[in-house]
Amino acid sequence: MEKLNNIIDKIKEKHVDAIEDTADSFGDVVLTIARKNIHDVLVDLKDAGFDLLLDIAGVDALNLGRKERFEVVYNLYSLSQDLRLRLRVNVPEDDMNLPSATDLWESANWAEREAYDMFGFNFEGHPNLARILCHREFVGHALRKDYPVMKGQWATGTADLRPDLENE
Amino acid sequence: MGVKGIPISKHESGVITTRTDELLRWGRKNSLWPLPFGTACCAIEFMGVVSSPFDISRFGAELVRFSPRQSDLMIVAGTINYKIGPVLKRIYDQMCEPKYVISMGACACSGGFYDNYAAIQGIDQIIPVDVFIPGCPPRPDAILNALVKLQEKIDQEPQRGPRHITREHGKTE
Ligand code: SF4
Repeated sequence: MEKLNNIIDKIKEKHVDAIEDTADSFGDVVLTIARKNIHDVLVDLKDAGFDLLLDIAGVDALNLGRKERFEVVYNLYSLSQDLRLRLRVNVPEDDMNLPSATDLWESANWAEREAYDMFGFNFEGHPNLARILCHREFVGHALRKDYPVMKGQWATGTADLRPDLENE
Repeated sequence: MGVKGIPISKHESGVITTRTDELLRWGRKNSLWPLPFGTACCAIEFMGVVSSPFDISRFGAELVRFSPRQSDLMIVAGTINYKIGPVLKRIYDQMCEPKYVISMGACACSGGFYDNYAAIQGIDQIIPVDVFIPGCPPRPDAILNALVKLQEKIDQEPQRGPRHITREHGKTE
């Protein structure tokens, strides 16, 4: 815990105003980071030993009365120090751009594609921000609260799985 | 002496005569080669029915093939979502006639409890199905029962040409 507090203190010093809020969730520290600072904070956290990006998740807080509708959650873990840290970034509905973390962790690649597929975040700088779970012809983003959950959409081709066969 | 299931007439010379379609049906129903289209937990259950405790080879269907060209019974075992749907259709199309389909488990039959944006609500929307097996997953004896049911169905079917599905894939109704 002390190690983690040291790391957070350093972040606070270096990026004034970056941390908007600090919370505790089942023993894990949760920081809310300003969107403009998120990439710099991630760089510093990686340097501080968070060598594993476990997952990137999206949250749609439609009708929950929050200031911003969307939220991106980064789950970080340090293998060498056994530390966990969660970062939250608020994202407004009308501007869903966010810097990609693919330059820091390889695992961000698929995680960001999933968050894009399900919620529509635009991770700027991602090498291939394509849908990963739904098929290419899917319209909309399935995990948004205003997507009708039972509405299926037919795919007409196998392009997702065998692009090489598609033009047969 | 006789072969169970086909009407034959014996000659003293040891020659058996029968009707071609009867003989074909008899051969067909006792040597179904399954193609497992396994996408989820039901496929694991299918492995159980192939292995020795249940032994699907007692019904002549133990030659599991992973090529649609070599099989005549497609066993769809598992959840079929909209993304894999065109693949299922394409593999079905690649199988040679006569071909049969068993839809195994709640997911393949009706989408099961996945009533959502991802799962197709029943594979009969894209390919014709001969036997549906309920259950989540079905017990191995239910799969064997489906096989027997399919054999009965083959026994009764007239000589037939290729089947065509009426509903065109890719259209939502
Ligand atoms: S029917 Fe049940 S066991 Fe079979 S694939 Fe669906 S969830 Fe799995």
